[in-house]
Amino acid sequence: MANPILETFFEETEELLEALAEGLASMPGAAFNKETVNSVFRAVHSIKGGAGAFKLTELVSFAHAFETVMDAVRSETLALTPQILHILTRSADCLADLVDAARSGRTIADDVTSGFLSALQACLGEGTIEAVDAWDNFEFHAVPLDLQPLADLCPQGADTLGEPSGFRIQFHPYPALFTNGHEPALLFAALGELGQMTCRLDLSQLPDWAGYQPSEFHLHWTIELETDESEIAVQEVFEFVHGLCDLTIEPLTRPPAAAEPDVKEVEGAPALAMPSLASPDPIVPDPPTPAHIAVAAAPKKPERGDDGEAKGPKATLRVDLDRVDRLINAVGELIINQAMIAQRLQDMTATRDDDLVLHIEDYRLLARDIQEGVMAIRAQPVKSLFQRMSRIVREAADSSGKLAELMTFGEGTEVDKTVVERLADPLTHMIRNAVDHGIENCAARAAAGKPPMGTIRLAAAHRSGSVIITVKDDGAGLNRPKILEIAKRKGLIPAEAELSDGEIDQLLFMAGFSTATSVSNLSGRGVGLDVVRTAVQALGGRVSIATMPGQGTEFTILLPLTLAVMDGMVVTVGGQTLVVPITSIIETIRPRPSDLHRIGSDETLLSIRGRMIPVVDVATSLGFPNMTGESMPLLLLVESEHLGECALVVDAVLDQRQVVIKSLESNFGTVPGVSAATVLGDGRIALILDPDAIVGGRMPGGQPLANIASNAGKAAYANA
Amino acid sequence: MQMLEDPSKSLVEFVTFSAGQQSFSIEITQVREIRRWSPVTALPHAPREVLGVMNLRGSVIPIYDLAARFGLGQTRENPRNVIVVAMHGGQTVGLLVEAVSEILSVPRDQIQETPDIRSELARQSITGVIPIENGMTRVIDLGAVLHHSAKAVP
Repeated sequence: MANPILETFFEETEELLEALAEGLASMPGAAFNKETVNSVFRAVHSIKGGAGAFKLTELVSFAHAFETVMDAVRSETLALTPQILHILTRSADCLADLVDAARSGRTIADDVTSGFLSALQACLGEGTIEAVDAWDNFEFHAVPLDLQPLADLCPQGADTLGEPSGFRIQFHPYPALFTNGHEPALLFAALGELGQMTCRLDLSQLPDWAGYQPSEFHLHWTIELETDESEIAVQEVFEFVHGLCDLTIEPLTRPPAAAEPDVKEVEGAPALAMPSLASPDPIVPDPPTPAHIAVAAAPKKPERGDDGEAKGPKATLRVDLDRVDRLINAVGELIINQAMIAQRLQDMTATRDDDLVLHIEDYRLLARDIQEGVMAIRAQPVKSLFQRMSRIVREAADSSGKLAELMTFGEGTEVDKTVVERLADPLTHMIRNAVDHGIENCAARAAAGKPPMGTIRLAAAHRSGSVIITVKDDGAGLNRPKILEIAKRKGLIPAEAELSDGEIDQLLFMAGFSTATSVSNLSGRGVGLDVVRTAVQALGGRVSIATMPGQGTEFTILLPLTLAVMDGMVVTVGGQTLVVPITSIIETIRPRPSDLHRIGSDETLLSIRGRMIPVVDVATSLGFPNMTGESMPLLLLVESEHLGECALVVDAVLDQRQVVIKSLESNFGTVPGVSAATVLGDGRIALILDPDAIVGGRMPGGQPLANIASNAGKAAYANA
Repeated sequence: MQMLEDPSKSLVEFVTFSAGQQSFSIEITQVREIRRWSPVTALPHAPREVLGVMNLRGSVIPIYDLAARFGLGQTRENPRNVIVVAMHGGQTVGLLVEAVSEILSVPRDQIQETPDIRSELARQSITGVIPIENGMTRVIDLGAVLHHSAKAVP
């Protein structure tokens, strides 16, 4: 992008569009209020303004139409019916498209926008949107400001007798007000901005020194405020201390009533009498110029000085992603380097320099800190991704004639930026599938006793080093007999195959599988779920599926938190060093001979705590020579997707450490049973085991389904 | 200067090396570096010619045994063995060869098309031959070497 200012505009517009979508999404709910409408209006207005400055004519005229409708809603001349809200939401989508188009220099076909424009027009009924000519009408107007003489605002003298011209405020803070960090001086300063004020401090309740309790508060203020502001404005000042003080606000009539008898004017500075919890700077009401004092005598408490600047929007920094990635790569190398040094040190058993060991340990911790910090830079909430999905639901629902809404949970969950980006396509597929295949049409839903509106739940959450994203619909669930029949008809599985329910569900992920009898323009091209699985696997994650007939289907995507580093257990298998992801290991076991039971010719079961768990020989699965021989093997108990818990046979456990994940795919391709590689301390490569694939590789029925699917995916990649 | 010449006369540079006692060559623009042999990490279920992967300054590169790839038997371990690190279509790979011979500079029209030979394996991954002093060298199509197992390459 040549113009950096234009680039900034688009970046800001992206944020505005997000705010717009968020505002519109909250409108149907209970949270609807005027402020939401205002924020939507402002977002559209800002986009229009910015677009005008860059002569983006199409964008301006569309935003203008949108804004006009929003204005009608804002001024309550137009009721916000669900229909109108729908039009607004779809128009927001169109607006986003227009922004996108403007950014990439494309144009959007007129008939698309004109459809939305006429819909927006229809919202207003006879009221018309006057066309704006983007550039001619866009100019900066000087806004004339009427500066009334201050004297007019604050009438002097008592000639306005009887007119309510201000308020008398009785203010008695509770100790809790101070423990919550509030400061009366700041409140008074805020009041002082509303008008002329007179403040009196009532010390009558103050006990003598003998009975003085510093934690209690005995001061009472009476403030007389001359202002034209409404009572609400005054109440707003005290909004945040509501419940933390006795507060009465009563209209004041001129001339001010005589001071109450129990209020005595304080001339001196009773600084010593001020409770220590109050401001260290005593507020000394000085009768001649009280307002001045309240405003000026509010220096910050020293301990507040730090966060004083932190008020307002959080400071952020826009950084070129390349720079962050360079940093991440460097940190990755740093961690490998640290591991190398640590290993060399360990090898030098002769030197037992405790200090050095300590320093190396510090180095490890520091490297880890840096790495976590750098990763956090790349972390992004999934919110923007989820917001895009609600649009997908709307579009899919519109075109399939079904009613569907999206509910999102855990939008604040942070995931690596790359994951967020690369998850967009698979998630879109899944959401479309949920609407297209998952949710039934209204009639079928009514027959099943469900509400006509289908619900799709999209949720994200962190779980011990992983991110879980679930897409759940409340549709009819999977039609297993139909899936089986289609798979057989398409020759994906042999006609006589007998499959378990779980295996039938897995068929959905096979390439070339599509249940839709009619090809819709959304899904049904047969490139759905296998693409989803390939994309998720490329991110080091996995997809699973669960279905309840009549109640819906749930897809779960399990993803690693970062793409660059993971904790692993370094083991040897068949003479090779391998790394097993720690997240999949439940425990390590050295079994007694009596715990192992042979079953059939070459199957072994492990009995542990009364349960029987299948034992999988990793060396055999990977085609390595079996080195365990007759000695008792070491077992890693892992949790797998296909078989539940499973025990993996390894020769020895060497270490547990953080490893940097290096892709095998970029230079070679996928290797069955292996998810990636890493560099060990000695500079050699170790493969990172994929326990699920290893376990899946020995599923009954010869070649496992997972392998067929992933190989098919590989072939598809090779062709692409 | 070069631009004005007949393109068929323009010089192309090749790195020649021996594998399985035969001479092979690849275009010098594809070669990144030549390294000493160092032990590799074996890959499970890999084709016979893929020896494993090694660490090249932080990236994982697969090592192909060129002799095995052309059906000339596994390269025997020898301290003189070297790895030719080459790039093809964004992939970095290592080729295990017995020895690197020389850099050959030949006019393009001296590269002869591969004569009809029976070995399917060889014909698919050799784009041509260049006559040299004592015999000829075979020009390798790196892409075909890397993708031959997928069979999806046109």
